Amino acid sequence: MTRLPTDFGAPPPELLDRLVARAADEGLLDVAYARVDSPVGPLLAARTPRGLVRLAYEDFNGGEELVVADLAARLSPRVLEAPARLDDVRRELDEYFAGRRDRFDIPIDLGLVRTDFGRRVLQATAKIPFGQTSTYAGVAGGAGNPAAVRAAGTALGRNPIPIIVPCHRVLRSGGALGGYTGGVERKQLLLALEGRQP
Amino acid sequence: MVVIPFQQVLDAHRDRVWRVVVATAGPQDADDAFQEAWLSALRAYPRLPEGANVEAWLVTIAHRKAIDVHRGRARRAIPAGEDLPETAVHDEPPPDDALWEAVRALPAGQRAAVTLRYAGDLRPHEVAEALRISPEAARRRIADGLKNLRQEVQPA
Repeated sequence: MTRLPTDFGAPPPELLDRLVARAADEGLLDVAYARVDSPVGPLLAARTPRGLVRLAYEDFNGGEELVVADLAARLSPRVLEAPARLDDVRRELDEYFAGRRDRFDIPIDLGLVRTDFGRRVLQATAKIPFGQTSTYAGVAGGAGNPAAVRAAGTALGRNPIPIIVPCHRVLRSGGALGGYTGGVERKQLLLALEGRQP
Repeated sequence: MVVIPFQQVLDAHRDRVWRVVVATAGPQDADDAFQEAWLSALRAYPRLPEGANVEAWLVTIAHRKAIDVHRGRARRAIPAGEDLPETAVHDEPPPDDALWEAVRALPAGQRAAVTLRYAGDLRPHEVAEALRISPEAARRRIADGLKNLRQEVQPA
């Protein structure tokens, strides 16, 4: 006898679901993530116990694996795929894209934003109502430094939670579209969805 | 520093951990043991040193937790005659379990070495590392364990 039989198969899937639920209950799930399909392409959504921390356009961020690896490196290695924990995000996004929601109620965690100014820029951006737009200078002012237009642009370009922190509503002074973290076509699509035809 | 997301560790090793907990705790306690093992691993994961042997680390945790769960349930077991649950009639245990039942009856050192080697699929030097014994001692425990099993399972 040189081997022992170990044909025990695989753990049942519901056991893995229960494991994720218990990890969350015991405060061991620092980052939960899931893929979310949307009319603007596949997204990867991630949340911490504080709120939604990441919404990534997969094609602009190297794919699911790289986005998840970045979360592990920058937030915590305790990262698990947990679709059920992103149900509210999925539902609110579905409603938004279906034209039935004009503001998001999901709590936000700006833990991936490195600077105070960056956080203030995104907080100012989050206040721009559905269907309206502001300018880079406008959100720089909203963040307390009207002269820091370029820094505001950088902060918006690094927005970890596009769509929900609506950086697509920020245009250049004079109305030109400016850049977008998921490509300018998506910015146009989102503005069109909100009834703006720039 | 490369930080591997825990989901990747779970994906890569869940079947291995499952084998270890079924082999160590038996099919009845495998679900609980599986959960306890992974929760324990998740708790300790941020402190795992870079370059650590993840397989050996997980298999060791799984074996320990499975022993704890199995013992804990044995202690809490309801004596026969009291309210036995209606589901007390179990399916036939899988044929493999008879052999692992014999492994569970081995002396602790041999039991751990045999379980880590065959259910955990660790190489003898990894078994040694996991149990903090010399490679020679690990080989000896595995060989002695197998010898005892032969006598146990294939009676003369």
